[in-house]
Amino acid sequence: MDLLTSTTVQQIINAVSVGAIYALFALGYALVFSILGVLNLAHSAIFMWGAFIGMLALDPEKAPILIAFSIAALLLSIPSILLEKRIVQPQLLRLPHQSQRFVGLIVRVVALYLLWQIGRPIYGILIGILPETMIIPAIIAFVFSVLGGGILSVILEFTAFRPLRARNAARLAQLVSSIGAALVLVNVAQIAFDWLYNRTEGYYPRDVQLLPFIPTETWIIGDLRITPIRVVILVIALGLMVALQYMVTKTQIGQQMRAVAFNQRISSLLGIDVSRVYIVTFFLAGAFGGAAGMLFGMVFLNVTPFIGESIALVGLTAIVLGGLGSINGAVLGGFIVAFIQTASVTFGGSSYRNAIVFILLFLVLLLRPQGILGQAEENRA
Amino acid sequence: MKSKPETSHPILEVTNLQTSYGSIRALNGISFRIMHGQVVSLIGANGAGKSTTLNTISGILKADTGQIVFFEEDITGLSAHHITRRHLIQVPEGRQIIANMSVLENLMIGAHIRLDKAKVQTDLEGIFERFPRLQERRKQKAGSLSGGEQQMLAVGRALMMRPRLLMLDEPSMGLAPLLVNEVFALIAEIKSQGIPILLVEQNARKALQIADYVYVLDRGQIVNEGSAQEIQQDTDILSAYLG
Ligand SMILES: Nc1ncnc2c1ncn2[C@@H]1O[C@H](COP(=O)(O)OP(=O)(O)OP(=O)(O)O)[C@@H](O)[C@H]1O
Ligand SMILES: [Mg+2]
Repeated sequence: MDLLTSTTVQQIINAVSVGAIYALFALGYALVFSILGVLNLAHSAIFMWGAFIGMLALDPEKAPILIAFSIAALLLSIPSILLEKRIVQPQLLRLPHQSQRFVGLIVRVVALYLLWQIGRPIYGILIGILPETMIIPAIIAFVFSVLGGGILSVILEFTAFRPLRARNAARLAQLVSSIGAALVLVNVAQIAFDWLYNRTEGYYPRDVQLLPFIPTETWIIGDLRITPIRVVILVIALGLMVALQYMVTKTQIGQQMRAVAFNQRISSLLGIDVSRVYIVTFFLAGAFGGAAGMLFGMVFLNVTPFIGESIALVGLTAIVLGGLGSINGAVLGGFIVAFIQTASVTFGGSSYRNAIVFILLFLVLLLRPQGILGQAEENRA
Repeated sequence: MKSKPETSHPILEVTNLQTSYGSIRALNGISFRIMHGQVVSLIGANGAGKSTTLNTISGILKADTGQIVFFEEDITGLSAHHITRRHLIQVPEGRQIIANMSVLENLMIGAHIRLDKAKVQTDLEGIFERFPRLQERRKQKAGSLSGGEQQMLAVGRALMMRPRLLMLDEPSMGLAPLLVNEVFALIAEIKSQGIPILLVEQNARKALQIADYVYVLDRGQIVNEGSAQEIQQDTDILSAYLG
């Protein structure tokens, strides 16, 4: 093999593994867009949180903090959800219509404050019990990222989207609401970053053994150099995508998601609980975003509260390329963006990485706004 | 579904229903009832409030006041999916099939509300026997069907949900005369199985042939009611609504 071709093959391997992460991430946009008709611009912040949570879990010194926090949050969430469903909501419904929202807001702000006050001592006790350093296997860390992303995404649905839908707010209002949510999520991450690492610039715990059974040294086949972690990432990402495809086409909840994406009124006449489908969809989107974030962190070994910004551009380009709301399109778009980025880095240098994505987005919007797999508006059934 | 012996209780009783779109009142306090095994028809001109009535019963619209009782249960204010899960099924007006899903998926998508899972497959075979066209095209996208086939699919999908009351909103709308006859033959068949039907129609002549009892709706109010024969003999109504 001469040098050029082996470099090319090398680049293709890199592009494929990065493309898998992009595809995973873009799927979250597509899922939410398909039912909401609005881009969830806080999805990139979920990605960042997925990366952040994964990094904390892999860092032996921070893992106990993550675990104590998670247990405390879990302990408090179950009674508070029950309280909300059984007591707060029924009582609110008795109030005159105009005051429901206002009283509801106050009750919930007070409740959050109380939860925080009760949660802190619980956290304190837990952190005292746990050892000072803990080594968490990467697979468990991955589960943390996936669940964390999913839960954050569901919280977004309840706080940033559902209240607006309830009053028939315009789509633009929902879009703006999601931007606001993204700002909050990034700010909280900044505070957490600063508190945990005394810094806001990029970081990743070094020398963590990502997966004990995966060799850390590079495989060398002929002229090719393959990092095993990239292969693992590719396998995980593809596995998740296949699972999603199966779920959407073969399972009852997947069918219901498609029905709700098509028309919510008809869906409710078919006995489908539309709010539940929203929750499941947001959870899945967030879980995929969290997974993508974790894998991204493992590849680039650099996580900051701001990694969502450039991935947002990539993800948006991917779904616009593939056709908004199309699941297969998002996957295709993710891989295309990765290939174009890799090519531009190879031929033009890494400073064009983001510029080339932006140009791509611009060109697609100009030439084929319905995307590659999307149908033109007038042909849509 | 076995029809229970005639009882004095209506299966659906709507009392003084008022529904508005914002500040515009579309239903001005309407009351009517449906008895076991009956086909009741709601007729009226464009914009009279027929679809609004069905959508309020189905829980898609919230009533300002009034009460809806279904099999002696007050279902006023329940969400649409909860009402559907009580097997009060609406086939909405227009071609409301899920165009990007296959014919088979459309037929099956409502069946999750059933508890008798074992009988779902038998019912599906029954539907396919009744509509061979749907069987031939079961793997095709529902959007590729003709208008008449889509209407049959919509009714078939409703039957797969085992309705205890079937509400049909203008099932013959936009269909060629031959297909209109086919739709009404189907309604007669459903009636003969003992499934009660609330039929909204603009084609009042056809509706009167099949209905046991008729309510005439005008600008959000019930202005007349009677057995199909009584309404048919009323020349005023005939001229106003049968054209
Ligand atoms: N979404 C809506 N917003 C505002 N007004 C509406 C809406 N839908 C219906 N209306 C009004 O409510 C009234 C009743 O409408 P509805 O659709 O129930 O009539 P209909 O009897 O079903 O008529 P058609 O025979 O045309 O289907 C009409 O005056 C209509 O203009
Ligand atoms: Mg109507």
